[in-house]
Amino acid sequence: MSENQTFALEVRDIVKRFPGVLANDHVNFNLRKGEVHALLGENGAGKTTLMNIIYGLYHPDEGEIFVNGRKVTIDSPHDAIRLGIGMVHQHFMLVPVFTVAENLILGAEPTKGLSLDLKAARQAVVDLSQRYGLEVEPDAIIEDLPVGVQQRVEILKALYREAKVLVLDEPTAVLTPQEVEELFVIMRQLTERGVSIIFITHKLKEVLAIADRITVMRRGRVVGTVRPQEVDEAKLAAMMVGREVVLQVEKSPAEPGEPVLQVRDLVVEDERHLIAVDHVNLEVRRGEVVGVAGVQGNGQTELAEALTGLRPIREGQMLLGGKPVPPRNPRYLIEHGMAHIPEDRQKHGLVLSYTIADNLVLCTYYKPPFARGLQRNQAAIVENAEKLVQQFDVRTPSIFTTAGSLSGGNQQKVIVAREFSRPVDLLIANQPTRGLDVGSIEYIHKRIVQMRDQGAGVLLISAELDEIMSLADRIAVMFRGKIVATVKAEEVNREQLGLLMAGSPASEVLGQPQPAA
Amino acid sequence: MNTPASFANWKIFWKRWGVLTVISVITLALIAYYYSKTPQITEAVLASTLRQSVPLVLGALCGLLGERAAVINIGIEGQMLLAAFLAFLVNVYTGNLLLGVLAGIAVGALLGLLLAFMSVTLKIDQIIGGTVINILAIGLTGYFYKVGLSAHGKLNPIPLGPLAKIPLIGPVFFNNPPITYATILLVFLVHYVLFYTPWGLRTRAVGEHPRAADTLGINVYLVRYVNVVIGGALAGLAGAYLSLEAVGSFERLMTNGRGFVALAVMIFGKWTPLGAWGAALLFGFATAMQTQLQFGGQLHIPHQFIGMLPYLLTIIVLAGFVGRARPPAADGIPYEKEG
Repeated sequence: MSENQTFALEVRDIVKRFPGVLANDHVNFNLRKGEVHALLGENGAGKTTLMNIIYGLYHPDEGEIFVNGRKVTIDSPHDAIRLGIGMVHQHFMLVPVFTVAENLILGAEPTKGLSLDLKAARQAVVDLSQRYGLEVEPDAIIEDLPVGVQQRVEILKALYREAKVLVLDEPTAVLTPQEVEELFVIMRQLTERGVSIIFITHKLKEVLAIADRITVMRRGRVVGTVRPQEVDEAKLAAMMVGREVVLQVEKSPAEPGEPVLQVRDLVVEDERHLIAVDHVNLEVRRGEVVGVAGVQGNGQTELAEALTGLRPIREGQMLLGGKPVPPRNPRYLIEHGMAHIPEDRQKHGLVLSYTIADNLVLCTYYKPPFARGLQRNQAAIVENAEKLVQQFDVRTPSIFTTAGSLSGGNQQKVIVAREFSRPVDLLIANQPTRGLDVGSIEYIHKRIVQMRDQGAGVLLISAELDEIMSLADRIAVMFRGKIVATVKAEEVNREQLGLLMAGSPASEVLGQPQPAA
Repeated sequence: MNTPASFANWKIFWKRWGVLTVISVITLALIAYYYSKTPQITEAVLASTLRQSVPLVLGALCGLLGERAAVINIGIEGQMLLAAFLAFLVNVYTGNLLLGVLAGIAVGALLGLLLAFMSVTLKIDQIIGGTVINILAIGLTGYFYKVGLSAHGKLNPIPLGPLAKIPLIGPVFFNNPPITYATILLVFLVHYVLFYTPWGLRTRAVGEHPRAADTLGINVYLVRYVNVVIGGALAGLAGAYLSLEAVGSFERLMTNGRGFVALAVMIFGKWTPLGAWGAALLFGFATAMQTQLQFGGQLHIPHQFIGMLPYLLTIIVLAGFVGRARPPAADGIPYEKEG
């Protein structure tokens, strides 16, 4: 391709500053017509900032934007939409109580006189559905739809506004492997019809599978633009992080001991009093990692909350170390050897306004040496904090920095440091590396395997299939609140897990009926 | 065995409208019964119900326009009070009823603008903003009120020709003063705008998921401002109703808590105009019954207890229904644009 060809989109020397951070540092980026161009980088690398500038949600401090060779200013999403730029955000911008048709037309409503022309809206949905092969029901209510379908609605929204440049921000975070494949097929169909796609992600495998070109960003700068044929995962990871990264954690075979966690016929309800955990049986033995695989929203959150004493158990039994646990008593669990890395580190793992030192004693503040009777022992708390921050490599100017000002990776390290600094018999880790950079992921994976090797049992709940496959000795797949299969890690491959996560019956996928864990 | 289509349709109808249908049938039966026994009293009570409900409906419409765009307005009481006062004053000094009504509307809209500024631009806690308006209104009206002023005329009932002569329905529905008529029309107008026009769709989107609306190029701040100001105008109309149509003069604190009852009406009506009208009629009926029983001498309950009915209903609704009624998702949360 010649260099003189007009790019569908080009940005030159974009600079964007936020208080305390240079989010985009003289970024140059171009998008060819009809290509899938992946934008790869850690969290905080500046990818979403750049895309928000292109979509008019942010204003650049310096730099220029060109659409089809013409210089443009984009002051708001309105301008971006008019220029043919559409964006599918990582967290969907759909009104949950509206229908598909209503969400589609919002802001660009067809009218009959003064009224909304919902008939035209429905027709538009049907027409677009057929033209692009994205099946959706116009009158379905968004909050009733599965996430994969909601995503299709988001794509249709952009197509309805005749987007020629489509930005997909971490679209695969909420999809099963099969749905990711379907998305890739849709992306190819779109490029064949002249749509150019920018695909933001931090997942190396996907980028190599689908992209025509890959631009890697790190700390606000473009590190380089390559073609998938020229690189492999290790090289991309090194570009993202700036050093060599170990992608596959080293693990010796498991030597499981007696059971430390036994879950029998567990039934747990969610906020709306619907059954979220449906007669689940699980067992975790000392010295093994049991991974619970599944797409988010199939009951994993409720399961983790029930096992850590945060949600009532409606039916069934939970045994820790062979003894039944008193209901809703996290302190009992903590004092009997349970460690918990929660799913939402900012809501449930830390008190963001407290210092790191105080966060590190959140579970043990009432016991000696940190307290004597009614009095806290500040010296012991400080000593403990200094030791742990050093041991667990928490990057912070001081132990008195508030937890809220730490990066995601370091916040997670504080939680890990706190939980691992007690004697642990059972570790429940729920999405432990969500939103973390490759370096932090590497660290946490190492620590989890270390905990296992020291004789604790680990229950790892994760929506990242790679993480499960890399760490787990046994894998239980959760779908719609049930454990649909429990297998040994060596006996199953990625594709089979993907099918199970999407609901295919275990007997078909694995060729045998599944007993309880 | 296949269920015949007509039976299946019945089941869907029943599920959605069943309770309402039963209540309506019982209500109509009771009205028919009492009309046959004591026609004058029944007429009087029903007419009074409709009129008592006017400020409540208008207040609820004000509240729900704001809350549908995610701005909580607990200053409806203050808006009504100050509007009632200014409508009265303008009438006293100009002798013109229409000017008085317009003044009331303008005052309500201005206070709405103040609330919007505090809530949307300054992003102050909206409950505090509403309280500020209430205190401001009570202070201003208390300070500037002079005893002995009298209004020039009063907005009187306008019978709508032959329609007003139909037994029962005529006097109740077709022989009302202008603001009462206007209120009934407004209920349907607001319902239409909110649910059948693009503006209404955008308003509701801004209330449920403002960031989604923002990413589609909708001006969240503008939508909130407009809805709150129009809501304020409606509350102003309610104030003008009180001083120029219902009573014909002004007293300090004459709103008497109606602005807060309007909030209960709004929640009871599930943030819809038609629902609010139904709820307002219910509350209006309680007030009408209080007056009737007070002067009718039928029951031996002290009338003060009957007078508690509307407020009791308010407490029950706000305490019991708030948990189950779902307000717009972003209600009360100021919107921040990033970057």
